[in-house]
Amino acid sequence: MLKYIIPLLLFIILAVFLGLGLNLKPNDIPSPFINKPAPEFSAPKLNAPEQKLTPADLKGQVWLFNVWASWCVSCRAEHPILNQFAKQYAVVIIGLNYKDEPEDAKTWLKTLGNPYNVSIMDQEGRIGIDYGVYGVPETFVIDKKGLIRYKHTGPVSAEDVQKIFLPLIAKLEAES
Amino acid sequence: MKPILFIMLLVISINSHAVDSRQLSDPKQQESYETLTKELRCLVCQNQTIADSNAELASDLRRQVYEMLQQGKSEQDIIGYMTDRYGEFVLYKPAFAGKTSLLWIAPVLFLFMGLMTVFFVIRRKRATAQFNVDTLDITPEKQKKIRSLLEKGELS
Repeated sequence: MLKYIIPLLLFIILAVFLGLGLNLKPNDIPSPFINKPAPEFSAPKLNAPEQKLTPADLKGQVWLFNVWASWCVSCRAEHPILNQFAKQYAVVIIGLNYKDEPEDAKTWLKTLGNPYNVSIMDQEGRIGIDYGVYGVPETFVIDKKGLIRYKHTGPVSAEDVQKIFLPLIAKLEAES
Repeated sequence: MKPILFIMLLVISINSHAVDSRQLSDPKQQESYETLTKELRCLVCQNQTIADSNAELASDLRRQVYEMLQQGKSEQDIIGYMTDRYGEFVLYKPAFAGKTSLLWIAPVLFLFMGLMTVFFVIRRKRATAQFNVDTLDITPEKQKKIRSLLEKGELS
């Protein structure tokens, strides 16, 4: 009897692990930033390079920090969702134009629409490294105190907006 | 001969590293640079170190390591800087901690389980190999024959 039970058990264990493996997302690396202050930066604005933006300017409000680039294909898929999101709800979205040419980025916003309150430039990718960015697009949710509360890797879908972002923003808005 | 040579060249090209001309003046720092870039993972490609990869992020991370070494930062500082931003995952050699302990223990555990299996299999084989002619359920004549055959076998 044992002769049959042992292989069966081994098979079940293997099947469970393989099954779990199917649902793992190797691209989703847990961010060490959750509940930590958003790293400082002082970056030129895309539409007005002489002006700079720092996270301190945004203290007291809940904001999304969306990493995008005109060369990024998934950003193109995400863009209409963000446009819709910004149009329908009073949400502050700051764009981090990552390793991009300013001219390309401006053309992109002109032709596809601009969901961002402000976009800042990170041509050398230094702010990206500070935020642990490894795959564009990425979206951070930052609370009123300037703490990172959530990080989304990959394009935001309409479902993500409804199921993740809206409830989270409502919760963070309610915090003092 | 030519196709073989061609294949050999291909293999060499697979192993070559990303183009990197950075050179630090201090040989000790250069050594740190080389160890660090071989220990940090390129997060976009996942199974390459930043020394191996030509991805944009890998080259940015190499630049970061280079600049921090120039500023006189230690290897520990740089590893801390990277794990603060990218988490343990950025390290090819994760530190021994609660979350990663399974990674370190599992190979030893599997080796142990393998050795135990081998041990039990051998023991069982031995037990079945030593049989006693007297307890065999056969006629006494046949038992005699087996004994004489076994003795002959021992003598030859």
